[in-house]
Amino acid sequence: MGAVQLSVYAGGIMVLFIYAVLLTDQIGKPLRDTSWKRKLLAGIISMGAAALSIYAIVTFQGINKTFEPTVTRVEDIGEKLLSYEPGGFVLPFEVISILLLAAMIGAIVIAKAKKLVNQEKN
Amino acid sequence: MDTFDYIYLIPLIPLLMFLFLGFTARKIKEPVSGYLGTAGLLAVFILSYYTAYKYFFADGLVDGKYQQIRVMLKEGWIHFTDKLAIDIGIIIDPISVMMLVVVSTVSFMVHIYSLGYMHKDPGFSRFYAYLSLFTFSMLGLVLASNLFMIYIFWELVGVSSYLLIGYYFEKPSAVAASKKAFIVTRFADMFFLIGILMIGYFGQSFDFMTLNSESTISMLNSWIANHQVASFLGLSVITWALILIFIGGMGKSAMFPLHIWLPDAMEGPTPVSALIHAATMVVAGVYLVARLFPMYYHIEGGAALRVVAVVGAFSALFAAIIALTQEDIKRVLAFSTMSQIGYMMMALGVSGFDGYEGLGYMAGMFHLFTHAMFKALLFLVAGAVIHAVHSNFMKDMGGLHKYMPIASWTFLIAALAISGIPPFSGFFSKDEILMAAWEYNKIIWFVGFIVAGMTAFYMFRLYFRIFHHKDTQYEHPPHDAPANMSFSLIFLAVMTMAVGFISFSEYISASLKPFHSHIHWGSPLVIGSIVIALVGIGAAYLMYYKETEYPQKVAAAFGTTYKWAKNKFYVDELYMYVTHKIIFDKVSKPIAWFDRYVIDGFMNLLGVTTLGIANRIKFLQSGRLQDYAMYFVSGVVAIIIIVIYYK
Amino acid sequence: MIEGVSLIEILSLTTILFFIGVYGFLTRTNLIAMLMSLELMINAEAINFVAINKYLSPAIMQGQVFSLFIIALAAAETALALAIILHLFRLTDSIDVKDVEELKY
Repeated sequence: MGAVQLSVYAGGIMVLFIYAVLLTDQIGKPLRDTSWKRKLLAGIISMGAAALSIYAIVTFQGINKTFEPTVTRVEDIGEKLLSYEPGGFVLPFEVISILLLAAMIGAIVIAKAKKLVNQEKN
Repeated sequence: MDTFDYIYLIPLIPLLMFLFLGFTARKIKEPVSGYLGTAGLLAVFILSYYTAYKYFFADGLVDGKYQQIRVMLKEGWIHFTDKLAIDIGIIIDPISVMMLVVVSTVSFMVHIYSLGYMHKDPGFSRFYAYLSLFTFSMLGLVLASNLFMIYIFWELVGVSSYLLIGYYFEKPSAVAASKKAFIVTRFADMFFLIGILMIGYFGQSFDFMTLNSESTISMLNSWIANHQVASFLGLSVITWALILIFIGGMGKSAMFPLHIWLPDAMEGPTPVSALIHAATMVVAGVYLVARLFPMYYHIEGGAALRVVAVVGAFSALFAAIIALTQEDIKRVLAFSTMSQIGYMMMALGVSGFDGYEGLGYMAGMFHLFTHAMFKALLFLVAGAVIHAVHSNFMKDMGGLHKYMPIASWTFLIAALAISGIPPFSGFFSKDEILMAAWEYNKIIWFVGFIVAGMTAFYMFRLYFRIFHHKDTQYEHPPHDAPANMSFSLIFLAVMTMAVGFISFSEYISASLKPFHSHIHWGSPLVIGSIVIALVGIGAAYLMYYKETEYPQKVAAAFGTTYKWAKNKFYVDELYMYVTHKIIFDKVSKPIAWFDRYVIDGFMNLLGVTTLGIANRIKFLQSGRLQDYAMYFVSGVVAIIIIVIYYK
Repeated sequence: MIEGVSLIEILSLTTILFFIGVYGFLTRTNLIAMLMSLELMINAEAINFVAINKYLSPAIMQGQVFSLFIIALAAAETALALAIILHLFRLTDSIDVKDVEELKY
């Protein structure tokens, strides 16, 4: 799992971010800061919500177990992904692939540079 | 056809003709639409006469009593309670069959006449459509088998009258007159409706045959005896209901004080005046009282009937006095109609019930029949004269006898009839009314007697001034009526002469049993009424046959009375005053103020408040993504709190 | 995964992470920074899935498989969001969040 995370994130998404930052050309300019009122309000809300959630978790009956060591193997996950039996994940797998395709196309369409299009038309 | 099942065709044909002519009014014009309308009426005419023949001579008489037949089209169309319901049905009994004959004859004649009179009028097809609508409504009214149905057709007749009076809608006076007619009759109908509802409540039925039956009447009479408290001014509630129904009839029949619309209704075309305001619609009130006559006679000893008699007599006198002074020939005829209908009401009012005592009822109906014929004839001749001379006023006429002989002779016949000279029909009917009145109350008889004289006088005043009097020079010599108009005139004149000899009492009577009546030629009453009629004619001859000074001298002698009579006793002005100064100012204006400022103001307040609130909270939609996220998260938190703590 | 640590502690950890992400989302002015907080939130949830799955029903592997899908989804969504930000940058020449307040009253 960790390996997957590392590869996807450090490799893909961070690179994307850096590209975006580069392309949007804002590195030199100073940023406006949010007003302290907003920060306070956001802080209160998030702290409050966090406290509530932790309270809910702590007082919930039935999840006080400690860990029983079971190790899941990557092969098992792989098998699960492609199995047809009930409890198999082949359908979401396929759907995810289509979704990634759609996302790719969408990103290309949205981010297409207008000028390029005009030049191509000319 | 053995039974009377075809009878619904009689009102149906004009209805279909109305719809057809109404829809095709732009495409089918003169004269085809006229011929179509007339053809429809010819069918109605034939069917009505056939029905009359069948009923009176073939099937109707059963055991020496005319039976009332009800042809039900839909039983229980609308239910008020389990027992009280409105049906749609047709009643066939002596007076409804008689009215069928009257309505179809006059309407048919008017249709033929209008082919000539309305020639080259731009709204020709519209006119015939409206005429068919009116005929349908009137036929429905006379055939209606229950109170509610008659009310429906009552209103329909009022609408047709409105449409026809306002036919020349470019003339503001015509529009005002049609509005006035409709509003006055509608006002009277308010009372009518209340009366209907009361009768329906107490009598547990709307149907005529049920209401007039002995069981219902004795039930009502015993109710009155048991509930002496439920009375107002000494008359019980049920009598008041009958009086309210009569008030509705007063509106339609132009009895005092609801008569104000009738003279103004002369703004409509003359065939309309002939059909509606002489022969058919204005007798609807008389017909209504005749329909409910057993109730009127028997409930509380006929208390309501006395009201009918007095109102009728007074209206007759009132109208006759005014008619003496009018200059517009149609107005004279309008007041004459009002006077004659007063006679009919009076006749019903003084009537008894069984056999010979029911003379008043029979005479009233007979007078209705004859009056329809000669009054329609009078109006149609007036129309021909107006058409030829292009003016309504007597001062523009005179000496027309040599130019328009047919009109002159037929007018003379009708004038003799209305004055009550034998052997014309008016004599028979009027004399029987006077005989019945003599038995009942001498004062009412005297009123009738005087009015007979006055009637003769003003009628012949009219005749002489139009056709003799002076030799007026006309711009273009007036021509006599064209063939289609003349045909109607001659037909009606023949009817006027012939009808008098029908022994009406063989057919129409209050208790549905025919009885025998004849004129006692030697009795002083009969001689007296002929004498007074001759006196009236003589006076008119003296004053008007040649141009003389007498009319001015007599008018000067009567002075103020003359002025009052000429202005119709200022009744219209009184009504205007009451409605404008009192009702408009004191009642309507405050209500209008309340509506505009309080009710509308409240609505506006709601609107303004909403806008104000919206103005304040529109800042929530800031467009900033983070604000929205904040609201989102706070909302989730709030829901969690609610779920946790308020479970 | 670690011996002796109960589920509650792990869940509290992820909750805190999540709300740090919320705070960051509500406070930052830079659009890209907002995106990063979003990523933080999503990942916290992914850990949640796995933890619960491991502790409560280890035989079924739904939680772990699902977290794979979450990663894939997050990647797709980030790509799209960055594309939108790029477009917005071209339109308004700024990546400050106050320059995209068009949908006001």
